[in-house]
Amino acid sequence: MSSTVTSTDVTNHAIAAVAPKMDPLHHFLVTKQVDVSFLGLLDISISNSVLWMWIAIALVMIFFRLAFKNPTTVPGRMQSLGELGYLFIHGIVTEIIGDKGRPFFPYIFTLFYFILFCNLAGLIPGSFTVTSQLIVTATFSMSIVAFSFVYGFYLHGSHYLKFFVPSGVPVLLMPLMVPIEIISFLARPVSLAVRLFANMTAGHTMLAVMFFYVITLPWWGAWLPFGFTVVFTGVEIFIGFIQAYIFTILTCVYINDSIHMH
Amino acid sequence: MDATAAALIGMGLAALGFAGSGVGLGVLFGKAIEAIARQPAAEAQLAKYIWIGMAFVEAVALYGLVVAFIIMGKA
Repeated sequence: MSSTVTSTDVTNHAIAAVAPKMDPLHHFLVTKQVDVSFLGLLDISISNSVLWMWIAIALVMIFFRLAFKNPTTVPGRMQSLGELGYLFIHGIVTEIIGDKGRPFFPYIFTLFYFILFCNLAGLIPGSFTVTSQLIVTATFSMSIVAFSFVYGFYLHGSHYLKFFVPSGVPVLLMPLMVPIEIISFLARPVSLAVRLFANMTAGHTMLAVMFFYVITLPWWGAWLPFGFTVVFTGVEIFIGFIQAYIFTILTCVYINDSIHMH
Repeated sequence: MDATAAALIGMGLAALGFAGSGVGLGVLFGKAIEAIARQPAAEAQLAKYIWIGMAFVEAVALYGLVVAFIIMGKA
């Protein structure tokens, strides 16, 4: 390697320094907005993640406040939408858990609308996708699976351990089947958390990569990735809804497993 | 081969998981269209399961992406 620096090298370096860099993961960065610490021991700063969580909650509350402001027997447009949203979750809970799922309805309702509004608010340019942080989704999924485990013991006592023993399997296969069942149970929170997190992260990363091509390509090439981003934003809205739906359904299934053991 | 190059190759290999998801989506929608062609009246019922199944199949590919992210963090 020669150590001489030609003028072309200098120009290339200058171009490289000015050129926009592809950094599709930049918008997942958690930054502190307001520094707050609890007695100097615990960092409870308000980050953009916390801020957008609040915004999502506020949007859900405003939506349902508006929908049921003046409830009438014959619903208006907003009230129809609110009732549709209520009956949608009510249908899921009664279909999967049945009558015993009634105490869990408020939690599942809140969970669905929180995740849905976080997913959708993340599509606003300049916003932060709360559900693209593994810690957020893992907190949800781990608390749900831990709750279903404890609730199963609360309802069935030591009979709940039968949950890990598949029925209709020869006794000889038991040493093999029981660990598999236990591992599949332990995989539940991981798969539940990673599914939501990865879907949100992948979609937004893909959009960021395409936006990068929109600004770097010349005008006769830029319309191609631009058109793709328009279509893909629509797909992302759909995926945000589907992932919130899947998360809710699996939560119902896990709670149902601890109520009605298979 | 230095560690960074190996990590980059590993990230590329992690993306291979998308092939399995592609096969899964093909099977899923192929079978779904076959089922709807046989029984068009059941389309509304089947659509629900198709979208749920699609979300599961897609998630499998994204586990590969998560592996790539983990390698990226180490490299």
